[in-house]
Amino acid sequence: MSYTSPNQLRSPLYYLLLAIAGLMVLGGLAAVHEMESQGHIITGMNNQIVWGMPHVFAIFLIVAASGVLNVSSIGSVFNKPAYKARGPLAGLLSIAMLGGGLMVLMLDLGRPDRVIVAATNYNPTSVFAWNVLLYSGMFAAVVVYLWTMMEKRMYPWSKPAGLLVFVWRFVLTTGTGLIFAFLGARQAYGSAVLPPMFIILSFAWGIAVFHIVQSAIYAWNGTSLDEYVQKRMRNLMGVFVVAALYFVAAYHLTNLYFSRQSAFEYFILRDGGIYPQLFWWGYVVIGNLLPLLLIFHPALGKSKCVIGASLAIILGGFAFLYVFIIGGQAFPLDIFHGFEVSSTFADGMIGTYRPSLFEILLGFGGLGVAFVITAIGIRVLDFVPHEIPKKVGHH
Amino acid sequence: MSDIDTQRRNFLKTSVGAAAIAIAPGMLLFDIAHGNPEGASSKVRWGMLIDAEQCKPGCNDCVTACNKENGLSGGTAATDSQWIRKIELKDISTGRELSLPMMCQHCENPPCVDVCPTNASFKRADGIVLVDKHRCIGCRYCMMACPYKARSFVHEVLHDQNPDVPRGKGTVESCTLCVHRIDQGGKPACAEACPNNVILFGDLNDPASEIAKKVRSVASVQIRADLHLNPGVRYQGI
Amino acid sequence: MKRLASLLLCLCVAPVWAGDSAGTPKLDIGRGGQCVEDTQWMRKNHMHMLKHQRDEALRKGIRDEKISLKNCIECHASMKDDSVIARADSFCVGCHKYEAVKLDCFECHSGKRKSAWLQQRDAK
Repeated sequence: MSYTSPNQLRSPLYYLLLAIAGLMVLGGLAAVHEMESQGHIITGMNNQIVWGMPHVFAIFLIVAASGVLNVSSIGSVFNKPAYKARGPLAGLLSIAMLGGGLMVLMLDLGRPDRVIVAATNYNPTSVFAWNVLLYSGMFAAVVVYLWTMMEKRMYPWSKPAGLLVFVWRFVLTTGTGLIFAFLGARQAYGSAVLPPMFIILSFAWGIAVFHIVQSAIYAWNGTSLDEYVQKRMRNLMGVFVVAALYFVAAYHLTNLYFSRQSAFEYFILRDGGIYPQLFWWGYVVIGNLLPLLLIFHPALGKSKCVIGASLAIILGGFAFLYVFIIGGQAFPLDIFHGFEVSSTFADGMIGTYRPSLFEILLGFGGLGVAFVITAIGIRVLDFVPHEIPKKVGHH
Repeated sequence: MSDIDTQRRNFLKTSVGAAAIAIAPGMLLFDIAHGNPEGASSKVRWGMLIDAEQCKPGCNDCVTACNKENGLSGGTAATDSQWIRKIELKDISTGRELSLPMMCQHCENPPCVDVCPTNASFKRADGIVLVDKHRCIGCRYCMMACPYKARSFVHEVLHDQNPDVPRGKGTVESCTLCVHRIDQGGKPACAEACPNNVILFGDLNDPASEIAKKVRSVASVQIRADLHLNPGVRYQGI
Repeated sequence: MKRLASLLLCLCVAPVWAGDSAGTPKLDIGRGGQCVEDTQWMRKNHMHMLKHQRDEALRKGIRDEKISLKNCIECHASMKDDSVIARADSFCVGCHKYEAVKLDCFECHSGKRKSAWLQQRDAK
C-alpha cells in the first residue's frame, strides 16, 4: 500500500531546511573545486599535519553511521520490541551519514579524479583498500536490511539481514580503528586497543545522533517519545558513554605507563595547548561528564536533558577526533630516541595546523549530504517510527 | 566415423604445430624490438652507507644537489617538498652533537607499501621504494605510516619539471634514490655531491662492492631498527 | 520518402570529403620525420602503448628508449618553443583539444624537450 508523508513534511519550513542543507553541500563542492584546481596549499594541511578537519568530520560521520545501526540491531538481532519500530530510521541515518562521510573523504584526496583507480587497484594489505569493499558492501547490506524491515513479506528475513549488518559493521568499525592501529611507528596510534575503542565510540555517537534525529522528527510531527522507550534509550546512552570513556582512559593510561610514550601523553594531556583543552573540556567534560549528569541525575533525565546530553556527546566526539587525529600528528615523530633533533623539515618540532575555510566547508558539506538524504528519505518512504511495533509475520 | 575424427585430429595437430613455429620467431623479434628486457633485478639490492661522523653541521650540499637534480623548489615552508634533509642531533645524556642526512630509507618491508590502497607505493625488484604517480590518489596514508617522515605531498600546481623526474600536484613523493640515474649506471646526486664522502652508494648484494665490504667491516646501524623494516640505508657513527 | 532519405545521406557524406582539409587540427609536429610506428597506427594505439610502457618502465625498470615518452617529446616538441603542450597547435594539445580528451600526462610529466630543459637549468 502506498505511503503518504505527514502534512508537516510538506511545510515551507521543511523546504527551507532542505535548501539550507543543499547550500551547505554546494559550499562543500565549491571548496573542493578550489582545492582541486589550486592544490592543498590553500588548506591548512601540510607535510607534518597531513590529515585535517575533513578527516575529523568524515571519521565522525562514518563511525556514527556504524553505531546508529545499534538501534536496529537491538530490534532485529536481540528482539527488543521497543527498538524494532526504530530500525528503519536507523538504517536510513546510517546510509545518510556513511554517504556524507565517504564523500568528504573522497573529495579530500589529492587526486579525487582517480577514485576509479582506487576502486580497481587493490592492495590486500591496505586497510584503505579493504574499506573500499567494506563500505560499499555496507551500503548494499543496509539497503537489503531496510527492505526486509519495511516490506511485509520480507519480515522473516529481517533477522538474518540484521545479523549480517551487525557483523558487517563490527568488521567495518574495526577497520576504522585499524587504519590507525597499523601505524606502528607513530606514538599516537600503533595500539591494539584502538579497534575496540572505535567500536564503543560508535555506540555512543550513534545513539546520540539517532536520539536527536528521532526527537526532531517527533517534535516536528507534534508527537512525543513514549516515556518507557525514552528511559530505556537514555540509560543505554549512558552505558555507552561510560564504556567509551573507559576505553579512552585505558588507551591513555597504558600509554602513560610506557616511558617511551610519556612525552607524547604529556603533550596531549597537559602541555600541548589546544589539545589538552579540547581533550579535557571538550571530550571529557562536555562529551562525557555533562551527558552522564544529564542522564543519570535523579532531578534531571527529562526529555530536554536527554537531547542536551546527545548534543554534548556529539560535540565531545568532534573534540575527541580533533585531538586524536590532529594532535596525534602534531607531536613530532620519535625517529632518534634519546636525541634532541632539529631540521628544516620540522623534526623535533610540534606541528602547527590552522584549519582553512575550505576544509570546514567541505566538512559541513558532508553533514549537509547526510541531512539531505535523511530529510528526503523520511519524506518519500515510511521511516518515521510507528509506536506500535508491527507484529505481522514474525515473533 | 572414427577415420574422419582421426583425420581431423591430425589436421588440427599439424596446423597448431605449424602456427606455433610460425609465431615463434615473431615472439623473439618482439623481445628484441623492445630493447632491454631485463629491467630491475632482485639479484641487486641498492643501498647507502652514511658516515655521520664525517658529516659537517651546516653543510647542505646533498640537499642542494637533490633539489637541483629532481627539480624541487628548495623551499622549506611547511608545504614544500623535501626529499632529503639534514638533521642536527644532540645526544640528551652525553651532549654529543652530530649531523646527518635523512631521506627515504628504502626499507625491505616498507610500511608505506603495506598501507597504500592502490599499490602506488611499491618496492622495485632491486629494492628501491617508489611512488607510481600514475596510481597515486593522494590519500597520504603512506605519509602517516612512514617512520622516517620521508614523504612529501605536492600541495600546488608544478611547472617545468625535470623530464627525467615527473612530479605532480596531488600526489605523494619521496627520494627515488635517483632511479633515473641508477638505471643509466650512475649514482644518486646526493652521493655524488657530498664533499666529505659521507654517502656511499652501491649494491649491498654484491660482496665485492665497496659498500658491502664496508658494512662487513665497520659498525653501522639502521634507524628505528626496532621496527624490523630492514632499511637499505645504514648509518655509522651514531 | 526515398528521395528525402537519399538526400539526407548525401548531406552526411559530404563533410567526410571536406574532412581532411577543414576538419582535422593543425599540428606542429616538431622535428617530424620517421616516427617509430606509422601515423595511423599511432593515432589508434599511442594511448595503449604509453599505458603499457609506463608500467614496464616505472615498476619493472625496463626502459625502452624507442617508446619512452621523453623520446616522443624529444622529436615532437615544437622547434619554436620546445614544448608539446604550450600552444593550441602543439603536438599533443592540438589533437586532444579537437577530440576533447583531457590530457593527464602533463600534470606530472614535463612537456619540454629534455635538451632544452637542461640548457635552461644550466643557464640559471
